[in-house]
Amino acid sequence: MLGLDNRDMKLFIWVVCITVLAPFILNPFPAESELAQFNAGYPDLMQRFMIFGIFAIGFNILFGLTGYLSFGHAAFLGVGSYAGVWMLKLVSMNVIPAIIISVIVAGLFSLVVGYISLRRSGIYFSILTLAFAQMSFALAYSVLTPITNGETGLQLALDDPRILDSASSTGSIPPTNFFGIEMRDGFELALGPWEFVFNFGYYLCAVVMLVSFYLSMRIFRSPFGMMLRAIKTNQQRLRYTGKNPRPYNLAAFVISGMYAGLAGGLMVAMDPLAGAERMQWTASGEVVLMTILGGAGTLLGPMVGAGVIKYFENIFSKINDALLYEWFSAMPEGLQDVFVFLIHPFIGKGWHLTLGIMFMLVVIFLPGGVVEGGQRLAALFRRRRQSRETDGPAAVKDATPAE
Amino acid sequence: MGILEVKGVNKRFGGLKALDEVNIDVAEGTVHAIIGPNGAGKSTLLNCFVGRLEPDTGTVTFNGSSLLNRQPHEINQMGVSRVFQTPEIFGDLTLLENVMIPAFARRDGVFALDAWSRVAGAADIRDKAVAMLDDVGLASKAESVAAQLSRGDKRRLELAMCLVQDPKLLLLDEPTAGMARADTNRTIDLMKEIAKSGVTMVVIEHDMHVVFSLAERISVLAQGTVIVEDEPSKIKGNPKVQEAYLGGAHL
Repeated sequence: MLGLDNRDMKLFIWVVCITVLAPFILNPFPAESELAQFNAGYPDLMQRFMIFGIFAIGFNILFGLTGYLSFGHAAFLGVGSYAGVWMLKLVSMNVIPAIIISVIVAGLFSLVVGYISLRRSGIYFSILTLAFAQMSFALAYSVLTPITNGETGLQLALDDPRILDSASSTGSIPPTNFFGIEMRDGFELALGPWEFVFNFGYYLCAVVMLVSFYLSMRIFRSPFGMMLRAIKTNQQRLRYTGKNPRPYNLAAFVISGMYAGLAGGLMVAMDPLAGAERMQWTASGEVVLMTILGGAGTLLGPMVGAGVIKYFENIFSKINDALLYEWFSAMPEGLQDVFVFLIHPFIGKGWHLTLGIMFMLVVIFLPGGVVEGGQRLAALFRRRRQSRETDGPAAVKDATPAE
Repeated sequence: MGILEVKGVNKRFGGLKALDEVNIDVAEGTVHAIIGPNGAGKSTLLNCFVGRLEPDTGTVTFNGSSLLNRQPHEINQMGVSRVFQTPEIFGDLTLLENVMIPAFARRDGVFALDAWSRVAGAADIRDKAVAMLDDVGLASKAESVAAQLSRGDKRRLELAMCLVQDPKLLLLDEPTAGMARADTNRTIDLMKEIAKSGVTMVVIEHDMHVVFSLAERISVLAQGTVIVEDEPSKIKGNPKVQEAYLGGAHL
């Protein structure tokens, strides 16, 4: 179905179910309970999951398939954001033109950057992309201030032209919408002590993410994707096999740049504001982390990585010492202090430390990322079950050395 | 008029003269062996055929058109495939994928943005690749990862990758190096069959058993120059060749 084989179709259906039901899945704790702060089911964060998921899916098409590590992909996201805001300012508060122009502009920009950077490979390629991104970042703060509005960031203003919907302008800046459906709108559902939020903006992001994911699946399973994987394992052989790697690399680069632009466009569609910090190298590094953490070169990995990192950033960073004291309140006072002291560096502003440790553990023990960990676990369970069905524990012993 | 004509090729690396006025004429449909002691310039010469090196002077003509100043992928698209001295394969991919890639390359050319079509949908390519793996005796391992193969199997895989393209000219750089005797004999049989199908082959080889059971013509290279070019039967007794090989112990 849809040009996917059975296994991929199953995976896709799972992803569709999870994204549609995300408002439930991400809010497992009752709203008034102590654990409620671990709930991630609020619109802003759910949108981020989807947007950064798209960003990472696109990055994975370049890094996961061809092995070319770009350190400047945030530039495309940033450029997409600026283009999107300008579209909202000049044309319409409808998000669709904004998103489309974001993709186009980011695609053109990545064509230029890619054409130049791909003259080199390995570390030199990474440095070239990094240089381009930092250049864009610096330009956005200085020379290009008329376009980017410098440090303040590009915002909507009441007197923006908005050619297509100026007639409807009232006393305030109208919200972004999808043919009249406002992105910030939604409805809430209370089931006993649980509260769930269904936000239109999130569902728009979800649909776009699902389409992006589907397209990336098609690319992975196409002859084009096969050539990209061939580039990663032996570019020389590919050249002597009658394929020119250059246009393949460039195509992969532009496709992933367009994904980044799409993410940037969605970002401003949800929150119409674009700042230069989005283009900084830390933002580029983040998408690298997401992809590696989840599993570079896997279909699901980048999304998982994006989810984990955004969850840490938004949830872990909110835990503070007062909260820790509350949790350990059952303990005697001295012990309570010790525990809080020990955990303190890993929470709140220290969430980067937790994330860093997790990243190191994954890279050392699971080079294929979280997804590989999941696959190993699944294989382990399958083998256990099989051996139990056949001839008991003896088979388990036999199975291990074969690994 | 041969299918591959090498005329007056010179190549210098700094002070070292790697190739010195090399002339070789390979007739269409024959197996032409290039032999010589280590460092004679055999691999350098082969590199000049596939776009890896450019000769300083001289011409290399294939089927009437020059092979010089061309990218490796262009040369391959003209019908020249090469097996390398150390197997060059796609280590992370399965054997089937390894053979499907060159088949796609032959069908679709240098670049095709076919991101929407499916590998699984290309039944013709797949069948061709499976048949080719079967020919080299690797069909049972089609789904395993290429990096896990033994050295001999990697060579056979690389041969399959070249053959699936139906090349006009096949360049083989020591196709049996590091193979066990039984494997070598299997490879010889395979190459004899390829030769029978009319593919022109240029073989660099150290194993004289392989050379004399395959080649129809032999060029002996020593210190960058062709010292003799003749039929196998006449090469064996040639004093110049025996001298080049240090008293001819190998022969």
